[in-house]
Amino acid sequence: MTKREIRFQSDVPDVAGNGLLDRRALLGRGILFAGAAATGAGTAASAAAEPLKNDPWSLTMGTVSPPRQEPSRFEKHVVRTLSNPNNELRNSHGRTPHHLINGTVTPSALHFSICHSGLPDIDPEKHQLVVHGLVKQPKTFSLADLDRYPKVTRMAFVECAGNSAPMFSNEPVQATCQALHGLSSNSEWTGVLVSTLFEEVGLDPKATWFLAEGADSLALHRSVPVKKGLDDAMIAIYQNGERLMPGNGYPMRLLLPGYQGNMNIKHVRRLKLLDQPSMSFYEAKTYSQIMPGEKLVKFNFVMQVKSFITHPSFGHSLKGPGYYEISGIAYSGNGRIAKVMVSADGGKSWAQAALQGAIHPQAFTRFTVPWRWDGQPVTLLSRAWDEGGNAQPMRPEFVAARGQTERPVTNPLGFPNQHYNSITAWSVDNKGEIKHVYA
Amino acid sequence: MSTRNLVLSLALSVAFGSAAFAETPGLGKNISEADIKAWNIDVLPDGTNMPPGSGTPTQGAAVYAQKCAMCHGENGTNPRPGYSPMIGIKKFDKIDAPKTVTYYEFASTLFDVIRRSMPFQLPKTLTDDEVYALSAYILSLNKIIGDNDVMNAQTLPKVKMPNAGKFTIPYPDRI
Repeated sequence: MTKREIRFQSDVPDVAGNGLLDRRALLGRGILFAGAAATGAGTAASAAAEPLKNDPWSLTMGTVSPPRQEPSRFEKHVVRTLSNPNNELRNSHGRTPHHLINGTVTPSALHFSICHSGLPDIDPEKHQLVVHGLVKQPKTFSLADLDRYPKVTRMAFVECAGNSAPMFSNEPVQATCQALHGLSSNSEWTGVLVSTLFEEVGLDPKATWFLAEGADSLALHRSVPVKKGLDDAMIAIYQNGERLMPGNGYPMRLLLPGYQGNMNIKHVRRLKLLDQPSMSFYEAKTYSQIMPGEKLVKFNFVMQVKSFITHPSFGHSLKGPGYYEISGIAYSGNGRIAKVMVSADGGKSWAQAALQGAIHPQAFTRFTVPWRWDGQPVTLLSRAWDEGGNAQPMRPEFVAARGQTERPVTNPLGFPNQHYNSITAWSVDNKGEIKHVYA
Repeated sequence: MSTRNLVLSLALSVAFGSAAFAETPGLGKNISEADIKAWNIDVLPDGTNMPPGSGTPTQGAAVYAQKCAMCHGENGTNPRPGYSPMIGIKKFDKIDAPKTVTYYEFASTLFDVIRRSMPFQLPKTLTDDEVYALSAYILSLNKIIGDNDVMNAQTLPKVKMPNAGKFTIPYPDRI
C-alpha cells in the first residue's frame, strides 16, 4: 500500500459515534475502500461489475441542441410539490425538493414560491418602480433604467418565515425535507442597491421606514426599516444570471438578505418612505407571532441560524452498510455559517462537518461528513453556528422558548407558527429505512 | 455617505475632476405625488393618508352580504375552507391560535387590506365609503366598536384594538 492509499478501516478512525469520519478523511487522497470489509459492513466495495457493452445512445446520433435546455426525461420526478394543484381561488405554494438536489444554488425553476393571489402576468416594458413619500424628489424607474445602474451580484437565501412550520407539531410529521423545509431556497441575485435609489430621490431625515408594495392583485406590502434599506437591500432584476422567475418576482423584487421571505416584496412597484411602519396585513397578522404565555411579537425580521441534513433523509433508503456521504444545508440571516456539527448517535457525540466552497453571508452553505454505516439503527442530526456566535437551538431548548402544538399536526401544509429553526433528526433502521424523529 | 461611497467618490473626483462628486446616474423620471395617487393607497395607524368618506356597521352589513359573505361566511362565521372568519378570538394563549381582526394592533390594518386587496376576485373596486362601512361592520361584529358607530378618517385611527400595545419587538437595534 502506498502512502496515498489510506486503508479505510485502520487509518480513518471514527471521530464520533456510529461511524462518522473525519471531515478531511476523504478529500483528494485516493482512498482504498478495501478495509470496509473488515468493519463487518459487507463486501459492497468489492462486488464484481458486469462486462461493458455499448448502449443504444452510444450507437446513434441524439437530438440537436434546443434553445432552452430541459432536464433529462429521467429527472422528471425532480419537481416542486404544490399546495394548490387544482388552481383553486386562493394562495399557492411550490416547495423546493431539497432531498433530490445538491450544491448550494437552487435551480431557478425549483426555487420555492408562494403566490397569495396567483402569478401576475407583468409586461416588463410597462412595469415601473416609484420611490416617493418622505423624499426630496419622487421618481419612477423602468426595468431598462435599473439595468443601466451600477449593480451588485450576491448569493442570498430567501426563506418563508413559515418554513419548517410542521415541526411545531408535538409529534414528528413523517415528511420529506421538501415538505418540511421546502419554503427556503438560495439564488445568485443581481440588482441595484436600494441605497442607490435612495440617493437618487434624496431621503428626508424624518424617514425611518419604507413600505414596499407589489404589482400583484393584492398589492401585497410590508414595512422595512430604512436602516436595512441603506445596508444591503437590493432591487433584484436577475436570478441565477437570467431575469427573475415569475414566481420569484418578475420583473423585479425587493431582496432583504436574511429577513422573512414575505418582506422580500415580489413584482415590487412602489417604495414609500415613511416616519412609521404601515402595519400592513401581513406584518400585523401573519408574520407577527404568538409565543408561549400569550406573548406577541412584531417585526421579527431575522431568519435565524438553521441546518438540516438533505442526504440521507426521509424518502431515501440506504442500500446496505458501507460508505455514504452525509450532506445538508446550513444558513443564517445573521451572516456566514461558522461551523456545522453532525451526530449519528442522536446527539451523544458530534463530528465537525466540512463546509463546501465559498461561504457567503445570508446564503446556503453545503456541509458534508463522510460516514461508514455499520448497518445498525442510528439517528442523524446536524447543528449549525453562525459567525455572530448564534447556535441552532436543540429541540428541548427550542420548545421551551417557542412551544409546540398540543395535538399532532396532521396537515404538513399548515402553519401552526413560524420561525422554526431547531434541529431536524432522521432515524435510520437496520433495513436502511428513514423516519423523521425528535432527538 | 458610507466609507465605500466616499472612497469611490474621491476616486472619481481624481479621475474626472470635482464635477464627478455627488454625481448619480439620474435615470429615473421625476413624478409628482398627484400623479402617484392611483397607487398611493396605504393608510397608516395614526390615520395618515386616510381618504375622505364614512360608513356605519349597518351599511357595511349590506355590502358584506353582497361582496364578502361568499368567501368569509354569513355574518362573519363559517367561511369557505382556507378563508378567514371575520369574528376572531380575544385570547391568544396557544401558539397556533387562529388570528383574525382581533389580533391586529391597529384598525388601520383592516381598512388598508380591504381597500387594496378585497374582494379577492375584484380588488380595488370598492368605494372608500364601502371600505369604511365594511371596516365598521367587521369591528362591530367583534364588539370592538358599537353597532351605531361611524367610521371615518377621524374615528377609525382612534379605535382601541384589544391587542394594542401588547406586541414586543425582538430586534429593536434593527429599526
